[in-house]
Amino acid sequence: MSLPPRRAVLPSIALLLLLAACSGGKKEAPPENASSVPNVPAYGDRIVEGSIGGISGFLSAVTSDSASHAAAGYVFNGLVRYDKDLKLEGVLAESWEVSPDGKRITFRLRRNVKWQDGAPFTSSDVMFTYQRMIDPNTPTAYGDAFKQVRRASAPDPFTFVAEYARPFAPALESWGMDILPKHLLEKYPDISKSPLNRKPVGTGPYRFVEWRAGEKVVFDANPDYFEGKPYITRVITRVIPDQATMFLELKSGGVDTMDLTPPQYARQTETAEFKKSFNRYKYTASGYTYLGFRLSHPFFRDKRVRQAIAYASDKKALIDGVLLGLGQEATGPYKPGTWACNPNVVKYPHDPARAKALLAEAGWKEKDKDGVLRKDGQTFEFTVLTNAGNEARAKTAAILQQNLAEVGIRMQIRTVEWAAFINQFIDKRDFEAVILGWSISPDPDQYVIWHSSMTGPKELNFVGFADPEVDKLLEEGRSTFDLEKRKKAYFRIQEILAEEQPYVFLFVPDALPVVQSRFHGIQPALAGISYNFNKWYVPKALQKHRIEP
Amino acid sequence: MLRYIVRRLAWAVPILVGISLISFLMIHMAPGGPISVGTDLNPKATAETRARLEAYYGLDQPLHVQYGRWLGRMATLDFGDSFSPDGRPVAEKIGERIPITLTINVLSMGLIFLVAIPIGIYSAVHQGSLFDRVSTVFVFTGFSIPTFWLALLLMILFGVKLGWLPISGIGSLEYHSLSMMGKIADRARHLLLPVLLTGFTGLAGMSRYMRSNMLEVIRQDYIASARAKGLPEGTVVFRHAMRNALLPVITILGLSVPDLLGGSVIFETIFAIPGMGQLFYQGVMSRDYPLIMGILTIGAFLTLLGNLLADVGYALADPRIRPE
Amino acid sequence: MSGSVGIRRNIARRLLRNRLTVAGGLVIVFFFLVAAFPALFTSQNPARIDVANILRPPSAAHPLGTDDLGRDVLARVVYGARVSMKVGFVAVGIAMAIGLVLGLLAGFHGGRVDMVLMRFVDIMLCFPTFFLILAAIAFLSPSIVIIMAVIGLTGWMGVARLVRAETLSLKERDFVAAARAQGAGTLRIVFRHILPNALAPILVAATLGVAGAILTESALSFLGIGVQPPTPSWGNILTVGKNYIEFAWWLSLFPGLAILVTVLGYNLLGEGIRDATDPRLKGR
Repeated sequence: MSLPPRRAVLPSIALLLLLAACSGGKKEAPPENASSVPNVPAYGDRIVEGSIGGISGFLSAVTSDSASHAAAGYVFNGLVRYDKDLKLEGVLAESWEVSPDGKRITFRLRRNVKWQDGAPFTSSDVMFTYQRMIDPNTPTAYGDAFKQVRRASAPDPFTFVAEYARPFAPALESWGMDILPKHLLEKYPDISKSPLNRKPVGTGPYRFVEWRAGEKVVFDANPDYFEGKPYITRVITRVIPDQATMFLELKSGGVDTMDLTPPQYARQTETAEFKKSFNRYKYTASGYTYLGFRLSHPFFRDKRVRQAIAYASDKKALIDGVLLGLGQEATGPYKPGTWACNPNVVKYPHDPARAKALLAEAGWKEKDKDGVLRKDGQTFEFTVLTNAGNEARAKTAAILQQNLAEVGIRMQIRTVEWAAFINQFIDKRDFEAVILGWSISPDPDQYVIWHSSMTGPKELNFVGFADPEVDKLLEEGRSTFDLEKRKKAYFRIQEILAEEQPYVFLFVPDALPVVQSRFHGIQPALAGISYNFNKWYVPKALQKHRIEP
Repeated sequence: MLRYIVRRLAWAVPILVGISLISFLMIHMAPGGPISVGTDLNPKATAETRARLEAYYGLDQPLHVQYGRWLGRMATLDFGDSFSPDGRPVAEKIGERIPITLTINVLSMGLIFLVAIPIGIYSAVHQGSLFDRVSTVFVFTGFSIPTFWLALLLMILFGVKLGWLPISGIGSLEYHSLSMMGKIADRARHLLLPVLLTGFTGLAGMSRYMRSNMLEVIRQDYIASARAKGLPEGTVVFRHAMRNALLPVITILGLSVPDLLGGSVIFETIFAIPGMGQLFYQGVMSRDYPLIMGILTIGAFLTLLGNLLADVGYALADPRIRPE
Repeated sequence: MSGSVGIRRNIARRLLRNRLTVAGGLVIVFFFLVAAFPALFTSQNPARIDVANILRPPSAAHPLGTDDLGRDVLARVVYGARVSMKVGFVAVGIAMAIGLVLGLLAGFHGGRVDMVLMRFVDIMLCFPTFFLILAAIAFLSPSIVIIMAVIGLTGWMGVARLVRAETLSLKERDFVAAARAQGAGTLRIVFRHILPNALAPILVAATLGVAGAILTESALSFLGIGVQPPTPSWGNILTVGKNYIEFAWWLSLFPGLAILVTVLGYNLLGEGIRDATDPRLKGR
């Protein structure tokens, strides 16, 4: 559920905002007829990705933005990662065992893995990584999962054991963190100041070549990569901060792949010409947008009011308006299609009549001269807060405003710049309602968002949700590795959340990446398209660039 | 004169300190801080982590201590390290962006001078003519048009439809494998649109200024007497009028000094130029205090320097004006 | 005495003779009307969302097309005029007010007061204006009120200097001495004698200031911290439109043209006033 998804954990589609600028602005010749080209993997060529934001460093432990984590993902590996079905699989760990009491995870590490400078990878690297994650000298935001480890040991060079005070299911996911090379970092007490943060050396599929801050990053394929040398020889990430410019670069051949916005997907890229040169993909993204209520607010304390607002919200209009139909309704905080998502919870179809009835039940019966509901001398008026500069959220707010006006609620919209927003909203809890989004990480543990103990300042249960049954289920869910037990707990949590509506869950958008058609091997799955990036290739006949190493 | 300069320089130090203090206070009054930006809304970061990070950056110290520390470092010209996760020295981050910003600004200033001065002079000499009116509309259009809109239109025309120029960026991906000439040509192609646009939007100020100066000078008595002497109009214009009208240009040069290092964040965003404008903007948005302070201080210093240069230059050029 | 009828008529004649100035003036008047009487120009509701008609090209029902939420672009540009004008005028009003007061104070009192105030101006000028605006809006909320206040609070320095210069030069003139001899109070001198003479450059600064404010608002919208949607402003319509500039050309063309023409009008008018009233430039 982290806002910046870690590359090691979830190959985020945001990473694949691809823009590229080729030499000159020449239009490229459309590729030969696809059917006449043999579909045989071949080495070579390069791919140019675009990124709105530049990176701030290559060590994921000390950076917090998705662009940096994406870049790190080319060079580093974690012990585990998520596969195409969003199930955990081993990377640097060949396999792992969880002890029956759930308190010990034993990782069997892969042998014959080399760091890109030739040194061998062993369990001492994992131990070193763990130690630095809990080290006060390391300015990392991701240390807390590692602090849960009661004892870590490396009995032999290819085994690593982590023992926890209590079974902690999300622990497995945390071992997707990039493993650091001990021999290159041990002499730096603060890894963020080490040269590796700018010139990374990892075990991953690509080697670092060059970083020009704010401009581009260049990687070349690692011929000794333990899963096999990647087909695409060179990866370049270019920083292009403007969406409009990015699209122009895509069309002129300057960029090979990017994420499209819904209007671009639905209206601008429908021509036959475009489809000849580019392949578009569409899959459910890992995030959702919601309207959150401050539950201590006098209006929103009453469940019927929240449910009424849920009925008043026209989710279909939201999806059509904000996403041009490219998305689906969110019924809870989980990604549709994943094992933890409960599809059978209470739904709130657009029903203004029902909404008005519920509001009347809650005491909101009379209206003032503008048609706004009144109760005990107060009008039903509130301000929804959201962050400035986010087009989708601004549109969501505008549509909801219209929806709520229909049932007699006046919603004002207030936008605040991001840093000030999180300060006001998270640190000080100074809001009535908020429109925001969460990214959904594959592990279903959402303790920090829903548990009643996480309501302190700067903690993430900012709506103030407190349900003893949910608390218990959250604790159950995270303290067992048994998938069935976890599923039961999380299913029940979703039922309660749907009933209580601490958020009105609005929608889950689709991710809309587009890739230049000469790249083959792309297979959309639950995890998106980049999970098998190392297996993408350009058939020999279609290769555009000869890369001299 | 020397005493004047020394006095101005002496004044500069307390002014700089004053500006830095005001900047410091302004920045810290802002809601949110660098730690929040990185860790709030991150489910993996607890309060303890945040406290650790705050201590790491010295943000847990009282304000006057933080300011004092910064001031002490500045006295040795140590700009400190950026608060952004890369933790690189502020001086380094600024230093790597200055060249491209400087290049674009110097080139566009050159363009402006080359184009605006003749336009201004000609418009003044032929006041009210068609040229005067057309050029007025032309330069003011440059000033009035939203730059990012024009930029995109030109990008579409020259980059996508005609394919003559690159769309964005400051160099091709193959830049480093090019020869010296190739590099220059490549850079030139990439900077052509940004420089042209920056120039176009800046024409108005300079040309109108030249025009009004020229108009004033033309009406002076010595011009009338030059004409009365029977001198050809060309000599009158070029030798006498222009030279005097150009004096204020020196002032402009001096006043443009601080702008040399400033970049338009909008421009740089649209053209994907990694320049000072973006650096500053991102610093503000992520509350990177040392970076913001560093850039503001440099800017203030350049402004003071530029003002001084302008005043001294003007005094040197015009003997009638001498400071006490 | 200043402001005699003859001089004024002269200025007016010179103004009107300059066709560009007149054109600028007409444009401004036109948009004034649009802002003041929106109902004359459109019958649609600029806030009405219509998800079935997103990004439709100009048609009979929507003469300027629809935007990314199906709202009528003509209506939004018309109501956006109101917002842009408001921002421009209030911001400049604030700047003028502050500049006038401080400039008069500095020029009239001279000495210590003058020195302190001018140092203050120097310090303010050392900050890049855009940063001040940006920082202030980022730190507070990008609401219309804040935007207006901030543009105003960062734009008064030029006027202050102008007014101070005028005050200083006029202070010593004979007619002021005469007025003082007659027992006129300070305020009277200011309003009757100093202000009318300083009027022209102030007017010029004001018109150019409004132009600048409108451009600044569109720049802020580009960065996401201008007038916030769903309130329409030319800047925020253009910003949304730029992402669809090729296929939904109407969404960027019309607000872009509106900004261009209006700002150009203000600039031409301001320049015209400057040309007509600058005593150094008595025309041929």
